[in-house]
Amino acid sequence: VSRVSRLAGRGEGSVIGGEVALRVDPGLVARLGRSMKVALVSGTNGKTTTTTLLAAGLATIGPTATNRTGANLANGLAGALLAAPDRAMAALEVDEAVLPWALRELEPAAVALLNLSRDQLDRLHEVRATARRWRTAITDDVEGLVVANADDPLVVWSVGDDRPAERVAWVGAGLAWRHDSSACPWCDADLEFEPGGWRCPGCERSRPRLDYSLADDTVIAADGRTTELHLALPGRSARANAAMALAVIDRLAFPTAAAVAAWSQIRSIEGRFQRVTVSGADLTLHLAKNPAGWTDLLDLVDDTDGPLIMLLNAQGQDGRDPSWIWDVPFETLAGRRVVCLGERGLDLAVRLDYAGVEVERATGLADAARRVGPGTADLIANYSAFQQVRAELDRSAS
Amino acid sequence: VIGIGLVRPDLLGTYGDGGNATVLAQRLARRGRPARVVPLTSGGEVGDDIAVLVMGGGEDAAQRAILRDTRLAGSIRRAADRGVPVLAVCAGIQILGHHFDDGDGVRQAGLGLLDVETDRLAERAVGEVVVEPISALDRPGPLLTGFENHGGRTIRGRDCHPLGLVRVGVGNGDGTDGVVSGHLVGTYLHGPVLARNPALADQLLEWALGPLEPLSMPFADQLHDERIAAAPIERAALSGSRRRRPGRPASRG
Repeated sequence: VSRVSRLAGRGEGSVIGGEVALRVDPGLVARLGRSMKVALVSGTNGKTTTTTLLAAGLATIGPTATNRTGANLANGLAGALLAAPDRAMAALEVDEAVLPWALRELEPAAVALLNLSRDQLDRLHEVRATARRWRTAITDDVEGLVVANADDPLVVWSVGDDRPAERVAWVGAGLAWRHDSSACPWCDADLEFEPGGWRCPGCERSRPRLDYSLADDTVIAADGRTTELHLALPGRSARANAAMALAVIDRLAFPTAAAVAAWSQIRSIEGRFQRVTVSGADLTLHLAKNPAGWTDLLDLVDDTDGPLIMLLNAQGQDGRDPSWIWDVPFETLAGRRVVCLGERGLDLAVRLDYAGVEVERATGLADAARRVGPGTADLIANYSAFQQVRAELDRSAS
Repeated sequence: VIGIGLVRPDLLGTYGDGGNATVLAQRLARRGRPARVVPLTSGGEVGDDIAVLVMGGGEDAAQRAILRDTRLAGSIRRAADRGVPVLAVCAGIQILGHHFDDGDGVRQAGLGLLDVETDRLAERAVGEVVVEPISALDRPGPLLTGFENHGGRTIRGRDCHPLGLVRVGVGNGDGTDGVVSGHLVGTYLHGPVLARNPALADQLLEWALGPLEPLSMPFADQLHDERIAAAPIERAALSGSRRRRPGRPASRG
């Protein structure tokens, strides 16, 4: 089936294959997965990067299945396991809404919980509701190890602060976006954020004691062991994702040195951070899906004064309401050259106009590249726009 | 400097509605009148410099937290009483009404500034909306465009006009959207609503400050027209796709 769907050009063969297989045999994922040592990765941002690093790290230990293309719903998980049923291990990224199901079916050896923030509100509705479903599933169904971002109060709440120490690893992975964590998940009081983490003046809870902390490029374990990351991938988020993956590998009692060496060879992830030349402009591609992701990326591209191309769509996969662009501090781009396009490029142009940025609109990728080139520029797109850019680049390359 | 008060952006900023305050301040600044957004945080008060108050949408827990902030709530009430225009979006309407039912079905008391009450729609309303404004505004102006995402059904009391009649979408749930009472405007439209509807932004500013000269922002005008044209098509596509594939979330990496 997967070969047919690939030939028919209907996107990822593994998803269609997984869909059909799941209909025939709903217990498939449970059966395939339970013969492997499975690690799941979920959260709003960083799933694909963390899963790629985790899979590359586990692959230095033994054969590892993974859903490389970000196919992170039930059918994608089934497809990934079906494609490699004989692997000893699996590293799988899981959509936030699908995680409770995946935890029940797969009974994973470990699950990494990265962060929770507003995203696709027309589908996921309130962030708190997602956290609530996580909390129920983790309390009821997870016997294995939970590796969780201690800096995100919603993640900590979903894990619970009373989980036995041998079944949880708290990682100080940071929290670039606090706007969904202003009220304490336990008692609704206003949380306080300090350099040492968050605390609640109401119920006096605070960030759990860290099992792994991140200082610049170094991961420090509670017992004092340190690991230099030396990633080829840029940015603080990539280091935070690597710290999470490292914690999973370390706490599953596998050696980490070979994993870290493998990571230094990874330069792009499914097109993210890839460098391409379009109409004489040298573009670095970035994917950002929601306000937390865009805020993080604006920080990353702040290192240069170079021009920017920004694309925005609002398809089902993106969330159909792009109002969230008003939560992104685009004011920091004042004075830089910015070109907007995409199906909702006009929404973005209005946002930038009100942010005091002189913005141009382009008719397509080539036109946008001509406007910013020659020279280097960064391109930031949300999910479906990013896939369109990659498809266009593939077409022009072939 | 003219202040645009943004009520508890930490709690009522879920749907990008803080952008409404940015739009108001910028539309003054572009006309040569210095203005700034003033976030009204926990325990804060609405100062005399505040020309317009803006409240956005939020989650249930956030709505409860803001109602417990009695100092700020009292200050909002006094500002509204002295005629400061208030824009209340989504949860904002519910907070300003007599009471509302939260997501758990528990009835919560509101501030009672608007003669409305809110219970729950049978089905959550999500998608593009077009509203034809009615004459409770001084200048009803062009069609309104926005995006709704709520489970609340709002029932107006006798003295409350709706903001307008729903052409596309759900709104209050009775064929109307929002509410206008004096200089208080409530609506279910996100977008943010003032980014998509410059005329409504200027109406709020003129209530506070008197007549304003025209302002040209071509992208904003184009966006208004583009969204009005797209709304019926996108809403139809959304309900069509729901019928075909019930309960299936959109997949992505």
